[in-house]
Amino acid sequence: MSRLAGRFAAVRAEGRAAFVTFITAGDPDAACSLAAMRALVASGADVIELGVPFSDPMADGPVIQRASERALAAGASMAGVLDQVRRFRAEDDATPIVLMGYLNPIEQYGPARFAADAAAAGVDGLITVDLPPEEASELADAARANGIDLVYLLAPTTAPDRIADICRQAGGFVYYVSLKGVTGSASIDVEAVAAKVREIRGLTSLPVGVGFGIGDAESAGRVAAVADAVVVGTALVRHFEANAETPARIPEAIAALAADMRRAIDAAARRP
Amino acid sequence: MPRLENSPSEERLIGRFPDASGHFGRYGGRFVAETLIAPLDELRESWERYRADPEFLAELDGELRHFVGRPSPLYLAARWSDRLGGARIYLKREDLNHTGAHKVNNTVGQALLAKRMGKTRIIAETGAGQHGVATATVAARLGLECVVYMGAEDVRRQAPNVFRMKLLGAQVVPVESGSRTLKDALNEAMRDWVTHVDDTYYIIGTVAGPHPYPTMVRDFNAVVGREAREQVLAQAGRLPDALVACVGGGSNAIGLFHAFLDDPGVALVGVEAGGDGVETGRHAAPLTAGSPGVLHGNRTYLMQDADGQIIETHSVSAGLDYPGVGPEHSWLKDIGRATYVTVNDDAALAAFHDLTRTEGIIPALESSHALAHAAEIAPGMARDDILVVNLSGRGDKDIQTVAAIEGITL
Repeated sequence: MSRLAGRFAAVRAEGRAAFVTFITAGDPDAACSLAAMRALVASGADVIELGVPFSDPMADGPVIQRASERALAAGASMAGVLDQVRRFRAEDDATPIVLMGYLNPIEQYGPARFAADAAAAGVDGLITVDLPPEEASELADAARANGIDLVYLLAPTTAPDRIADICRQAGGFVYYVSLKGVTGSASIDVEAVAAKVREIRGLTSLPVGVGFGIGDAESAGRVAAVADAVVVGTALVRHFEANAETPARIPEAIAALAADMRRAIDAAARRP
Repeated sequence: MPRLENSPSEERLIGRFPDASGHFGRYGGRFVAETLIAPLDELRESWERYRADPEFLAELDGELRHFVGRPSPLYLAARWSDRLGGARIYLKREDLNHTGAHKVNNTVGQALLAKRMGKTRIIAETGAGQHGVATATVAARLGLECVVYMGAEDVRRQAPNVFRMKLLGAQVVPVESGSRTLKDALNEAMRDWVTHVDDTYYIIGTVAGPHPYPTMVRDFNAVVGREAREQVLAQAGRLPDALVACVGGGSNAIGLFHAFLDDPGVALVGVEAGGDGVETGRHAAPLTAGSPGVLHGNRTYLMQDADGQIIETHSVSAGLDYPGVGPEHSWLKDIGRATYVTVNDDAALAAFHDLTRTEGIIPALESSHALAHAAEIAPGMARDDILVVNLSGRGDKDIQTVAAIEGITL
């Protein structure tokens, strides 16, 4: 069983939703980003999504775009991202890591070489935001051959037959984008999300994660009641920006928020 | 330059590309976040329906005739040709269109489509402001709300066009992210679209972006080449030896080239912005000095570093200052049907002055790149050879840029 499948099974056995946290690799530098990963795990993160910095992150809001800019200014590269994963994995063999980014840096690295190196570094899943399944065959084959789950996004605009089609090609979990917008947009409509999650569950046995627009512990708790995983990114990344001049304070700042969110997730009354 | 007979080609190119999913060979496609798949499907279905709808085409034709002022003339630049001492050079006068460039061919078409699709809000990206002005113009004409995204750096450099857009009732949003230029404006317009997909139509200004944009924008601009082909046959009695057009995103070049794709005797030459010189790295020539990758929804040649990050471009002409290029150009380059060359800033400026003083036509700095290449090759051609150059825009918008370069305060 893959690390992702194992972690989702364990979380389900505990009768709660999984807590998936996103930060950008190399933000504000590689050492601080690695320390932030440790802090998230210590505060109850079940899965870490690690953003791969890109110069033109079209699907992200300004907060995560600026995180990419900070990481690139500090010299981030694909090799550097994989090295950060390798160093994390050397001390934590249990927490699944999902890389999230855009296709071009992977294309330039080479899809086959990328999948092999990512798997060797300890990557478990991959979200390529601008790669719909119909264009994904080369990367999907390489990922599959190396045991990396391809996690796909589903949107409010995705038609039911397409949801079923995407779920057939997905691994690990599916990620429902809770609103029409970019990461870090206005808060979500939990009742609408609940209905959509029910619809998606009717079409796949994969866990359904929900993200985009979950900005505080209260909304994390409400989403935890209806989804299999709660994905939080922008709210965490804001602390990297706020502490850009004092990066040593970042792990502590995100740990406090993550711990609040995890408590709210644990306390959520599950509405399956 | 060799003169070939206009023999039928083995494999016709017109109508065969792109394939059903928007691929020109390995280029093009649809690389976007999932939220945009449904709106792109809706757009493709609408475009496929209306491109064959006689009523829509008649409305488009009427707008092009009476609002834009088509057909644009094909003008023999006799004095300039004589001075260069070689081929006869004909200029396709897209500078005489309403709003002063070829851009309006596309914005009129897409705005009419938006209206048929029931969209009430138009968004666009713009670099120099020409596409923004052309979009704001048709939005005013059709009574549609209009928001234009423009890099903060370009807002500063192109103040007159910003004011034009505002006069036309558009909201201009300065984009502060990334390099604060055209590519960032395009990112921001995509973000707006993903947030307002229900009521908003995104008018992309060039033959890039996810399918169906490269094909649709080509089809709206292909009127340029259709007219030019008829006009040159009527005026010169035969097809030209070569077409020359500048390439930023590539819409004016594709527009001119398309009707000639199956005329193998007609060479197609795209001119990229060489900036300070390709060897300096300060340029905007992805086809000449870049490599294939994925940006803004399609696979195409890009200016990028070894790690796949998009790098900044440089050109004296803001309209060519883009790190990608339409996927059809990438494909035409790879199959050898078109060739792509560069012209540096200084040669473009020289051509700008040369045409202005010789023919009484002030060309856009973008078009001046095509003119400079024509001036370079014409002397080596025979007196009865024919070049057609796309004079894609007028240069009034550039006089402040030229004055500043030459140390003149206006």
